[in-house]
Amino acid sequence: MERRNNNSPLRSIPAEEFNRIYAECGADSTSTGRRNDEPFAKRAVARKDMTMAQWTIKEMKRHKVAYFMVAPFMLVFILFTLFPVLLSFILSFTSFNMLEISWDIFIGLDNYTRLFFEDDIFLQACKNTLVFAMVIGPVSYILSFLVAWFINELAPKVRALVTLVFYAPSISGGAYTIWSALFSDDAYGWVNGILLDLGVIDTPVLWFHDENYAMTLCIVVALWMSLGTAFLSFIGGLQTLDKNQFEAAAIDGVKNRWQELWYITLPQMKNHLMFGAVMSITGAFNFGGVVTQLCGFPSVNYSCHTIMHCIDDYGNQRWEVGYASSIAFVLFLIMIGANMLVKKLLSKVGK
Amino acid sequence: MQKMRVRNHQVVLNRSVGGDTGIFVFLAIMGVFMFLPMYYVVIQSLKPLDELWVFPPRFYVAKPTFGNFGDLFYLLSDSWVPFSRYIFNTVLITAAGTFGNIFFASLASYALAKIPFPGRKGTFKIIQSSLMFTSTVTGIANFLTLSTIGLLDNPLSIIIHAWGSATGLYLMKQFMESSIQDSTLESARLDGCSELKTFWTIAMPMVKPGWITLIIYSFQGLWQTGASIYIYSEQWKTLNYAISQITAGGVARMGASAAATVIMMIVPIIVFVVSQSNVIQTMGTSGMKD
Repeated sequence: MERRNNNSPLRSIPAEEFNRIYAECGADSTSTGRRNDEPFAKRAVARKDMTMAQWTIKEMKRHKVAYFMVAPFMLVFILFTLFPVLLSFILSFTSFNMLEISWDIFIGLDNYTRLFFEDDIFLQACKNTLVFAMVIGPVSYILSFLVAWFINELAPKVRALVTLVFYAPSISGGAYTIWSALFSDDAYGWVNGILLDLGVIDTPVLWFHDENYAMTLCIVVALWMSLGTAFLSFIGGLQTLDKNQFEAAAIDGVKNRWQELWYITLPQMKNHLMFGAVMSITGAFNFGGVVTQLCGFPSVNYSCHTIMHCIDDYGNQRWEVGYASSIAFVLFLIMIGANMLVKKLLSKVGK
Repeated sequence: MQKMRVRNHQVVLNRSVGGDTGIFVFLAIMGVFMFLPMYYVVIQSLKPLDELWVFPPRFYVAKPTFGNFGDLFYLLSDSWVPFSRYIFNTVLITAAGTFGNIFFASLASYALAKIPFPGRKGTFKIIQSSLMFTSTVTGIANFLTLSTIGLLDNPLSIIIHAWGSATGLYLMKQFMESSIQDSTLESARLDGCSELKTFWTIAMPMVKPGWITLIIYSFQGLWQTGASIYIYSEQWKTLNYAISQITAGGVARMGASAAATVIMMIVPIIVFVVSQSNVIQTMGTSGMKD
């Protein structure tokens, strides 16, 4: 129930019930009609006062100003977010190339067959991206929630401080480059320095430029800076939980904090969990820039090459825009698919 | 019957001592993991030259100095384009982008949250779904669009792009929806207040935490604008780009580059510290329904 306020005395009524009572109370009369127009519309249509189309047009005229309010944002949003997806989709069937403009570019599914059957580097990038995403996404998600949940009971001042310590890496811009100093290739790197001192190794390890370590280290860095929006969302969400339910649960025999988490906290947090998941997934797939900084572009033997690097490579360096678009569209599908999957999983929470 | 106790003015379930200890240890280890690299950056920036090259590297500084910051400004003053130009570019992009984003996103969120115009649910659903994919997907096409409308190599390309940020709008809409009472707006409308005036004089002051959060989000993104494929002439490059050039100087500029990193990271952190409670309050309503 979206319109209900947290402080409302109607809190304990289930959403459907609330809707029904709300509609029956005549809250849809014209004076407060803005609160819940759908039942009114349906009834007017049912009474055959007007058709659905007429109703819609009438409403559109009544709320004309709303369209002007949404317009500026939507214009930019469509231009830079929706249209690009469509354009990528169309261009992915062409061999459009910024360097040799021609009109005979439609090549059907060739880009896609090239991607999946000929381009070994793309397949390697796909594998890397999935490994990155499948480790960083869930781990950062669970970490965000656990930390937010653990610090929820701390005193407000302490909580603010802990929040800052955990959140700071994700907003501190280029601070992650310190990891390349800590794990630098030469003996002046902190880790190499210590390991040499202890006699564990006798020559410096190349860390970010060694196939065996690069991926793992990138994942560590990614996790280090992954407590971002999802983390804040969980902290904020945990603050708004209904305290009475916890007391009631204690009386009903919830034994420990884990039962409380599963039966009381998580079901109430469902919406935040979904938002956090979307943010974590986006973060997990958007990690290419950091890899470039840490491992170079391309990374040693493509060990950390991600789909983002492929797009960059073909789109911005070789100007094979058609081919790059097909990669971008594949990434788009993967990300939407990941979100769908997570949505399915989250619907099982608290059951 | 479970034992209850009061923690922070709120009744909590009986927590086992073992669990509390475990959580404390977990938080302590994680906290050290999160904090150490940040601490190391700061320490590096304060080390004099001879201490930077001590082997093995130290986690403390014996004779702290601000010399590295001096070096940084010396290096930057030597650049081809005056250093103030980079600062001007970053400030311009950050200010114009943030301002436009807050204004347009609030305007749109108000309509989406509080005016039941036909099509608003679908519109919001599309915006919400767009949170699921990143700028990596749209980058190539945006380049083509920008070059077609002639905004390449123009700071407007970054500024206008920021105006359409979906995350900001999403947070704002959710916050407005639950923190503005419909009855308040209703009485304003009955008094003959126009929709725009209601938005500006009644709704906006009520969602102060919302727009503070929007400022933070927009600011964090734009402040860190680095080398962008949309901008290629030196006179429009940003502070972050200039600083990354210093950092790219390698080992010889280790101190200066640590100083640069500190400067770049300290600003968003201060902004967050100042606004934290507002951000958390906004995040309380950030849940995604269906």
